[in-house]
Amino acid sequence: MLSMSTNNLSYNDQGGTDSAVEVGQETTPTSSNAGAGFGLFSVDFKKNDDLKEMLESNKESLKLEAMKRVVGLIAKGKNASELFPAVVKNVASKNIELKKLVYVYLVRYAEEQQDLALLSISTFQRALKDPNQLIRASALRVLSSIRVPIIVPIMMLAIKEAASDMSPYVRKTSAHAIQKLYSLDQDQKDLLIEVIEKLLKDKSTLVAGSVVMAFEEVCPDRIDLIHKNYRKLCNLLVDVEEWGQVVIISMLTRYARTQFTSPWKEDGVFDEHSERAFYESDEEKTRNEPEAKPYMMDPDHRLLLRNTKPLLQSRNTAVVMSVAQLYWHLAPKNEVSIVTKSLVRLLRSHREVQYIVLQNIASMSIQRKGMFEPYMKSFYVRSTDATHIKSLKLEILTSLANEANISTVLREFQTYVKSQDKEFAAGTIQAIGRCATNISEVTDTCLNGLVLLLSNRDETVVAESVVVIRKLLQTQPTQHSDIIKHMAKLFDNITVPMARASILWLMGEYCERVPKIAPDVLRKMAKSFTSEEDIVKLQTVNLAAKLYLTNSKQTKLLTQYILNLGKYDQNYDIRDRTRFIRQLIVPNDKNGALSKYAHRILLAPKPAPLLESAYKDRDRYQLGTLSHTINTKASGYLELSDWPAVAPDQSVRNVEVIEPVKEWAPSLWKTGKSKPAKSSDDKFYSDSGEEEEEGSGSSSSEDGSSSSEESGSDAESRVENSSQSSEESDESSSQSEKSSSESESDSEKKKRKTKTPLQKKTVKPTAKDGDSDGNVAKEASSSSAEESSSDSESDSDAHTDSDSGTEHKKKTKSKAKPKVEVKSKKEVSLLDLGDFTPAPVTQLKSSILSPSLLGDLEGMSLSNVSSTIQVSGPAFVPEKSHDLLHRMTGKGLSAQYQFPRQPCLYQPTMVSVQISLTNTSDHPLEQIHIGDRSPTGLNIHCFNTVECLEPEASVTVFMGIDFNDSTQAANFQLCTKEDHFSVSIQPAVGDLFLPITMTELDFRKEQGKLLGMNESSATITMAAENMTSQPISRPVATVANLGVVPSGQDDIHRFAGKTASSGAVVLVTVELRESSTALITINTEKSVMGSMLLRDLKQALAQA
Amino acid sequence: MIHSLFLVNSSGDIFLEKHWKSVVSRSVCDYFFEAQERASEPENVPPVIPTPHHYLISVLRHRIYFVAVIQSEVPPLFVIEFLHRVVDTFQDYFGVCTEAAIKDNVVVVYELLEEMLDNGFPLATESNILKELIKPPTILRTVVNTITGSTNVGEQLPTGQLSVVPWRRTGVKYTNNEAYFDVVEEIDAIIDKSGSTITAEIQGVIDACVKLTGMPDLTLSFMNPRLLDDVSFHPCVRFKRWEAERILSFIPPDGNFRLLSYHVSSQNLHPLRSASLVAIPVYVKHNITFREGSSQGRFELTLGPKQTMGKGVEAVLVSSQLPRGVLNTNLNPTQGTYTFDPVTKLLSWDVGKINPQKLPSLKGSMSLQAGASKPDENPTINIQFKIQQSALSGLKVNRLDMYGEKYKPFKGIKYMTKAGKFQVRT
Repeated sequence: MLSMSTNNLSYNDQGGTDSAVEVGQETTPTSSNAGAGFGLFSVDFKKNDDLKEMLESNKESLKLEAMKRVVGLIAKGKNASELFPAVVKNVASKNIELKKLVYVYLVRYAEEQQDLALLSISTFQRALKDPNQLIRASALRVLSSIRVPIIVPIMMLAIKEAASDMSPYVRKTSAHAIQKLYSLDQDQKDLLIEVIEKLLKDKSTLVAGSVVMAFEEVCPDRIDLIHKNYRKLCNLLVDVEEWGQVVIISMLTRYARTQFTSPWKEDGVFDEHSERAFYESDEEKTRNEPEAKPYMMDPDHRLLLRNTKPLLQSRNTAVVMSVAQLYWHLAPKNEVSIVTKSLVRLLRSHREVQYIVLQNIASMSIQRKGMFEPYMKSFYVRSTDATHIKSLKLEILTSLANEANISTVLREFQTYVKSQDKEFAAGTIQAIGRCATNISEVTDTCLNGLVLLLSNRDETVVAESVVVIRKLLQTQPTQHSDIIKHMAKLFDNITVPMARASILWLMGEYCERVPKIAPDVLRKMAKSFTSEEDIVKLQTVNLAAKLYLTNSKQTKLLTQYILNLGKYDQNYDIRDRTRFIRQLIVPNDKNGALSKYAHRILLAPKPAPLLESAYKDRDRYQLGTLSHTINTKASGYLELSDWPAVAPDQSVRNVEVIEPVKEWAPSLWKTGKSKPAKSSDDKFYSDSGEEEEEGSGSSSSEDGSSSSEESGSDAESRVENSSQSSEESDESSSQSEKSSSESESDSEKKKRKTKTPLQKKTVKPTAKDGDSDGNVAKEASSSSAEESSSDSESDSDAHTDSDSGTEHKKKTKSKAKPKVEVKSKKEVSLLDLGDFTPAPVTQLKSSILSPSLLGDLEGMSLSNVSSTIQVSGPAFVPEKSHDLLHRMTGKGLSAQYQFPRQPCLYQPTMVSVQISLTNTSDHPLEQIHIGDRSPTGLNIHCFNTVECLEPEASVTVFMGIDFNDSTQAANFQLCTKEDHFSVSIQPAVGDLFLPITMTELDFRKEQGKLLGMNESSATITMAAENMTSQPISRPVATVANLGVVPSGQDDIHRFAGKTASSGAVVLVTVELRESSTALITINTEKSVMGSMLLRDLKQALAQA
Repeated sequence: MIHSLFLVNSSGDIFLEKHWKSVVSRSVCDYFFEAQERASEPENVPPVIPTPHHYLISVLRHRIYFVAVIQSEVPPLFVIEFLHRVVDTFQDYFGVCTEAAIKDNVVVVYELLEEMLDNGFPLATESNILKELIKPPTILRTVVNTITGSTNVGEQLPTGQLSVVPWRRTGVKYTNNEAYFDVVEEIDAIIDKSGSTITAEIQGVIDACVKLTGMPDLTLSFMNPRLLDDVSFHPCVRFKRWEAERILSFIPPDGNFRLLSYHVSSQNLHPLRSASLVAIPVYVKHNITFREGSSQGRFELTLGPKQTMGKGVEAVLVSSQLPRGVLNTNLNPTQGTYTFDPVTKLLSWDVGKINPQKLPSLKGSMSLQAGASKPDENPTINIQFKIQQSALSGLKVNRLDMYGEKYKPFKGIKYMTKAGKFQVRT
């Protein structure tokens, strides 16, 4: 410690002179550079006077010029604090760059000039109210960066306000400000935790990373704050910016270690099993078998692993590393190896990255050789590697060596031993030593190799070999007297102290095996004793003592001579040792007692040294952390706790999930990578959201019909979500008033945003918003009781709890009905494994642009999508395609069209049409495009011209057609370079709709408005199979693109949709009666379409 | 997270400092200088140095050390990755990242650093956003700015930061819409004495230069996507589509960016591919001998093409670090020029193009220090080369489609193979 501080002092001095010199040097060039925009850097102190003048002048350009020079000073680390008053005046400048530079200055010096800094505060306070979110954000950023304790209350207020700002960007800034305020004044902790708690609930990906960072800094132990946000964080993870991902992943790693039980206890079979169950989504199994199995991975645990896996593909090495450590610490043993490939890929990155990654691999490879063994060659050393990289690679190669590959490794080592980098060569020898001890088959080979190295010309190599041989011999000393003799011969040529000491020790230890040589060596040592290094002297004394005990005849005098030399040595260690040895071995009267044991003391069998990795003990630190790298506990390191023996209550995480998923599941038509996230919670593991939804829907509506589904009535689904989720949290955490009022304000806020989303079609525009506000809040409080009951039911559905019999009855009841629905989805969900969109299979090749673009545009924030009634994905997409152009008439060009039933990207009023063009001719067709159209007013969004279509090739294109809610055919010309073909697309009435989801209550309300003229109905005789095995939804969905409305009654099925062009609501009710008749009722203001639809439905249901 | 940043040049002077939290005295760098002194080569400075109160994490690029000061636990890669991002940004802005360039643009540098971190946590690291905030200096703009006093700070607010595609600027407009993709593969190999391949792997990247108006949505498909089983993507790539269909679908950032990088290793255990997955395009015949007791050594080197798929091997550069005992060399190249630096003992031979009919060779003698014993290791030979119009792994782009915009972009794809860390042990 003492030496450290003096060190410091002297360095400081040096620093001082350094900078003085710098200043001196710089005075010369300045004069010539003055004024030039880029000569800024060479400004010196003498110029500060005119800086002040410039800052106080009226001209913007002069001020800016001055500020640039000031920043130059700051960058150089020079003191520019005396300019503070002059600079701070410009804080309200109009010029953006000037303002920014002033901010830089202010943040740097405010701490030193606290009083003057206060002058600027009012400017920021004003800016905090600016209508522009970016200005608000930047004001908060600077305000919170000013480290002046007196403004803590102002900061606190600003943070609180910003935390509920509309703009996610401002909220993000407030999350950053939390950390700043906390470091300024730790007393604010409790208040700040409240803000963190609030921001953790935020659904924006922008905020997530920053708030978790704040959480980690301020209250990393408040794991309880995470519970309710756990699933959301997992789901958002893919879309969070990369730096946030790192922070969230490391937090979730800690979280998971406290919440889940260890997946490692069981052998691989169970892991595999649970995975299979998961992939198959075999709900039945999961539900019935948990008791039979000792370990079942918590679905949330699985969720985390699943959602982090894609991030292994990140370009950000820190993200990859953090996923790797997450898998290492959390995944079942047999899954960890998926990170191998990605880690090895990182080795191609910069030197510093390699260093850290190799360190971590070194730690991993000790415990799990198999993981990296296939990639052994990636750790071969190149002559151009930096030394620390080389030694890490050696370390890893040594750990990976086993019986099978040892020959390759040793061959590689042979090359390294010859390296010009002697430090590395020495490291290699140690590595050989380790291999020799670890793998007994090659011990002899290694030993012989090392003996050969003893004749190496390089001293360090020889020395290292001696040391390693010494260690090896200790493990099996019996048959190696030859080697010891050989080393004794080399003794004169070896000058490295450590090596000499090692040989001496060997001589002493095994002096009985080399009875002739040892005394001779001692003789030589006696001669050169005074000129040896301390370590060699100590070993000489040892050798002398041991020889004296075993062979006192020959060595008595020598020993005495050496002991005498040692007695007067300059080093007190040697003097002490000599004194001790003398008393021990030379018996005299007083202490004869001890000398009896001298032989046993000195020549006791000694345990062989363990040659093991320097990375052995690093596993006490979490991988990827700073602490792991430096192998000491860094300040602020958070221990990774051990797995709990019994998993804490997993239902704490449940709260918000059920509702959002229901709302989301149908609207998941977009592809985008944003998607994986959203729908996943425990529903993942059950077959489909739908099933449960109906289950809970039916049970709850039976007992009262103010169930959760209905509570939101007209409110946009998203608002509903948030309010419901907070309601639910009320029930469990009993802070009811507060958070429900919060949810209210939330919902209002979101409402304001509803206008932004590009693609959502508002069926019922703002008219309803007014009452829905009230509705939400009112119903929220009133329906909470029923809701909680229905909730718990659906919960237990999802989980594997074994409940009472009644519960089961209910389940089976609700299950019977939606079975077919599930089936129809199944093909989708198979594909779906990666949470892929329920996009129809046929479309995968071509349709992508639209959904994925939208997905991206919208996926950013969960919170800002809304419409009165949500447009959802199609329940069924018929694969039937129609001929647009026959190949005979099209002179080789054939075209088919089909309706993918996706909302059209180009314009919401259009129906999207997918056209596959095939060239059946023998020559390429060029420039396929759409020509004239009729009726001329027809609104078509053409596909991009297909430049060239090779023979036998086909291409799928997309177009949008506004059919204007009529089944009138759209006629247009399909043109190639040479030809025009008139074609027409005739939509079935069912394809003109878009499915929407609504609640039963909504449905009834809408229906109530569409009576009389707008209602058409018919009674039909159902085909037998429609009555029994298949639910009605399949044929209906085939005919028309309608969404299923959850229904409380078994015999009434409801479907809802809206027309694409005008957005008129279409409601279909199918009521099953006795003796296989059914009443079909259609309510829509488009009565023509209604009757056409009725006709189609009649046909479909009657015959199907 | 990151407390402060110091830039240190190769002679050990701090020439720029920036603090994001309270000021850390620059004397903290003394620990760094200590480590620097201890290291034999600049590369050997350990990237992470603990000091009593701080931790120094440094990155060396362009002979400048970027030393970040950390006060508490943080994943070291987080800092390292960020520092590299900073360097990349500087390079992007100033063309080069040298001490002179940084000093000349110190204000821009400061503005950038201010935007990139807030309280030590990365805020905006996407070059597209940064460029919207702070315009990169060009000569013209510098001149104009000095005359008119206008600024290089963007007037508009950075809407990109708020957008859902944060990597892309809004309102991009070009008269010529073009999208170029370069498939560049680097082959890393170690060839042993006898000419057999010890390890060989391919590191490929697809660099894109996309200058398209509006919000184009691109898809790029490959003839043989199966090759790509170890990839990392730019965040714009939709991972799910890649997983499902092996198609790259993305809204590109504006300008230059790295779309993806991939790794094809010889060890990939693919059932359909043999071990010789990576074809080595050149071979080296060498004969380097030192005789015991003689002060002369022989040096012979011949290069030849091998498995190049008919493409010419260009820009060949051979370098080798000869043993310390070598005083000088007397060599004759059949083509190109060679240099030998007697101080660093670095031999480099600029070969140029390999003519398969007349293979280039370098022959002659080396003079050794009198009396010195023979060096026990022969030098390794590092080779650089380029092969145009071919990607060694055989990766081929099938097609590029654009959606979302109406115009027709000009598309171009270029392939190139380069030597990465290509070493021949002799």
